[in-house]
Amino acid sequence: MSAQSTKLMTMAGQIADFFRAYPQDVAIRSIAEHINKFWTRKMRDTFLDLPEIRNGTSDPLLVAAAKSVRKG
Amino acid sequence: MRPSVAANLINEVDFGTPIRASADEVTLTIDGVAVSVPKGTSVMAAAMMAGTQIPKLCATDSLEPFGSCRLCLVEIEGRKGAPASCTTPAEQGMVVRTQTDRLAKLRRGVMELYISDHPLDCLTCAANGDCELQDMAGAVGLRDVRYGYAGENHFDGAKDETNPYFSYDPAKCIVCNRCVRACEETQGTFALTITGRGFGSRVAPGPTSFLGSECVSCGACVQACPTATLIEKSVIAHGQPEHSVVTTCAYCGVGCSFKAEMQGDRLVRMAPYKDGAANEGHSCVKGRFAWGYATHRDRITKPMIREKITDAWREVSWDEAIARAASEFRRIQTKYGRESVGAITSSRCTNEEVFLVQKLVRAAFKNNNVDTCARVCHAPTGYGLSQTFGTSAGTQDFKSVDKSDVILVIGANPTDAHPVFASRLKKRLRAGAKLIVADPRRIELVRSPHVRAAHHLQLKPGANVALLNALAHVIVTEGLVNEAYVRERCDADDFASWARFVAQEKNSPESMEQHTGVPAADVRAAARLYATGGNAAIYYGLGVTEHSQGSTTVMAIANLAMATGNVGRDGVGVNPLRGQNNVQGSCDMGSFPHEFSGYRHVSDDATRDMFESLWGVKLDNEPGLRIPNMLDEAVEGAFKGLYVQGEDIAQSDPDTQHVTAGLAAMQCVVVQDLFLNETAKYAHVFLPGASFLEKDGTFTNAERRINRVRRVMQPLGGKAEWQVASELATALGYPMRYEHPGEIMDEIARLTPGFKGVSYAKIDAMGSVQWPCNDAAPNGTPLMHIDRFVRGKGRFMLTEYVPTAERAGALFPLLLTTGRILSQYNVGAQTRRTDNNAWHDEDVLEIHPFDAEHRGVRSGDLVALASRSGEISLRAEITDRVQPGVVYTTFHHAVTGANVVTTENSDWATNCPEYKVTAVQVRRTNQHSLWQERNALEDVSLRRIAAAELVPAK
Ligand code: SF4
Ligand code: SF4
Ligand code: SF4
Ligand code: FES
Repeated sequence: MSAQSTKLMTMAGQIADFFRAYPQDVAIRSIAEHINKFWTRKMRDTFLDLPEIRNGTSDPLLVAAAKSVRKG
Repeated sequence: MRPSVAANLINEVDFGTPIRASADEVTLTIDGVAVSVPKGTSVMAAAMMAGTQIPKLCATDSLEPFGSCRLCLVEIEGRKGAPASCTTPAEQGMVVRTQTDRLAKLRRGVMELYISDHPLDCLTCAANGDCELQDMAGAVGLRDVRYGYAGENHFDGAKDETNPYFSYDPAKCIVCNRCVRACEETQGTFALTITGRGFGSRVAPGPTSFLGSECVSCGACVQACPTATLIEKSVIAHGQPEHSVVTTCAYCGVGCSFKAEMQGDRLVRMAPYKDGAANEGHSCVKGRFAWGYATHRDRITKPMIREKITDAWREVSWDEAIARAASEFRRIQTKYGRESVGAITSSRCTNEEVFLVQKLVRAAFKNNNVDTCARVCHAPTGYGLSQTFGTSAGTQDFKSVDKSDVILVIGANPTDAHPVFASRLKKRLRAGAKLIVADPRRIELVRSPHVRAAHHLQLKPGANVALLNALAHVIVTEGLVNEAYVRERCDADDFASWARFVAQEKNSPESMEQHTGVPAADVRAAARLYATGGNAAIYYGLGVTEHSQGSTTVMAIANLAMATGNVGRDGVGVNPLRGQNNVQGSCDMGSFPHEFSGYRHVSDDATRDMFESLWGVKLDNEPGLRIPNMLDEAVEGAFKGLYVQGEDIAQSDPDTQHVTAGLAAMQCVVVQDLFLNETAKYAHVFLPGASFLEKDGTFTNAERRINRVRRVMQPLGGKAEWQVASELATALGYPMRYEHPGEIMDEIARLTPGFKGVSYAKIDAMGSVQWPCNDAAPNGTPLMHIDRFVRGKGRFMLTEYVPTAERAGALFPLLLTTGRILSQYNVGAQTRRTDNNAWHDEDVLEIHPFDAEHRGVRSGDLVALASRSGEISLRAEITDRVQPGVVYTTFHHAVTGANVVTTENSDWATNCPEYKVTAVQVRRTNQHSLWQERNALEDVSLRRIAAAELVPAK
């Protein structure tokens, strides 16, 4: 994984950690909103392209949120 | 008529004693004129209000009356003798006479005594023309001194010249005590005393010199001194100023107003402006004295370019430098794509300058890759407060603290970083307000003269959220919530889930103790005090924001304030203490990659439409890169060109080696600055910046107060920074034509709802104005969220404590936290080029005696400080200000390189770096680190300027 991918994964993980305190549906929606609001097209695409996001082995909150993350 | 030398000097009215705030008025007659004044006002001040100046020496309206000089005597009908007007309160129906033959004689007698012990060298005295003793001798008609001058006197007292900025000449002292009182009442340092008694009494900074004493060089005593006893060395050197201009300090977010006192275009003195709403006549050592950098010989005043960073710089014309920058950015965008370039705006620059740079990015670069140094300080404030309250700013004005009963200071060190606000705060604490400090270090406020914190919650670095959740737990579980307020003002569902969340046992002080290190009983007592002690205000700084949970902490603070009903009136609130002079402004002006001015997201169609139609260009609706993302992409090879306005990311940003790797990987770095700073070592185009003395514009301080910055000298580089930004945009193919920064403010007002009513004319008329300033609040808004929150209902957020990934372990067993010191400012580019180095000429590592002993380290030893990011060497200072397991340093000196050690960790919501927690090891060493050695070489090799071509003699 490139340094940039590792960093994006860490950032996404931190965002998920914050919203984990919320009911699952709120958390998933909020994570996606946050990423859509603050990440560039390219960052979002790199994120959506991460193997653990694509194959669903990452944090379930992130995998679910990824479905609502806008493609660049 | 003889022209007065001081005709163009701004002189505020001195009422002699403070004007009291009172709803009741009393009416009295002074010299036959009836005057109504607030109850409690002195006869002296009442007379001044009626237009009569009573002679005075020991009184000045910034200080409580003292009644020692006996020059201000008056006659009051029905009273015996001649009472001192400064200490006599005006009363209803009083009949006062200020000028009678008897009074004139008495006053002359008093003056005679003073003058008989005063050197008569008025003509060669530095205060000539600005001396109250001289004025009073004139006012009372002193013509003769019967006692002669041969009697016992103080003419031989030794001067104290140790302070780099002012001198003390005891021969001229009239022992009026104003300096002592200024140090106590205005500054709150208590450095001065009157030693000796009667005739032998003199002012002294304790048993030592000024420099060796507790004195923090704020200048309040110098300001208060009516004679030449305490006087600025710059005035001694150059003489009295002839005109003055009101402007704003360019250092910290307090935003003090000063009179720049000039001789032509030479600055002679910065005198704090009494009518400045942020500082009301007070100052700190930086704004008052540390302005010499502005004309320092290191200033670069010619544009320069070079092909490679290893080449020597070549001085060129402005046109050539701007053309080069523009063609490089265009080339890069053509080759690597529209998003391969960006810019960083500076919180040191004016609103107008910042606005233009972000406009340049959006309209000329045609992307949203603009960010600001607020990224690395208060970005979490923006996020946290907009989530909870609906706007990204502090809730109060500074004056509000006068009404606070309980003050919680968390992650801030106001006496060092916001000194003038700290003086206000200490004044309120001396008057009885209670203080809670939450800080890993024992900051000065915890224990200082006449101030004792009721609680010092000395938490471990990184445990802010744990602590705030524990405080909230107590408030909720002990029934201390202000139910009525919450019901009326906040969202009920959000409150209910928050209350359930913090009430969980895991959030109790007892459970959190393992993370915070703070005894549960202390947390409980502090929570009760905050919730029940009356008006409770929270002040916080970068110790809150610069964490991986920075935004969470800001929200936890907002939760606490809402739960206890402490938002929306005087004396309460949530107050971020902003670091740099214009952090608030640079955020307001649309410097963040995801939002336009006024915090509106770039994806909002209506907002974009408005900007597009005024700017005549299509704008991108996608967020751009933040600073850390720019650097990451630069290292990866996708981001190639950067315009840096007045900021030094190579020193200020964390993980220096990552920053410089990013910069080195870029093909065009344009730096606009006063000096060849650390970032400029990696630059290809250098555009000379202008100091605040050369600027025209506005700064917005931590209270949302928009202050004018006024030009007192021409830009040394020949161009104002807003002109340079306009010309660069024009060269990029997006013409910008402004004649004056006032036009830029008009454009800001047109495009930004909270600024709709702002104009230079309004600021000039009002002195300053606090946004929002619009149709609903034409005169601005000192207090926010009074009847409702900006977002409607206040929103409680769940703030789960997530420990940072940065933990002390076997390899790096200590936690490093970084901060600031009073005399130096940020990267030190300015203060290091002043005599402020007398107080702090190197960054040192504070280490607890226990940890020092364990490592065989003694105070003054050189130690290596290493983290997983890098290593530096610096001297150790052993102190129990820090707790065992924690070390502390500052990052003011580029040669030390504190940020080589900090890591890439950052806040989850905003990527604000985690400067405040780095796992480190400390060991003794006898050498500089490899980075420091390389940096010292590069200081030379990457900073060469080609000698101007020699013109053969004819
Ligand atoms: S400069 Fe400030 S701190 Fe120093 S003695 Fe004067 S008033 Fe006190
Ligand atoms: S130093 Fe100045 S202010 Fe202080 S007592 Fe002497 S004359 Fe007054
Ligand atoms: S407190 Fe801040 S704004 Fe005021 S003089 Fe000091 S540095 Fe300048
Ligand atoms: S001014 Fe009133 S006693 Fe000095």
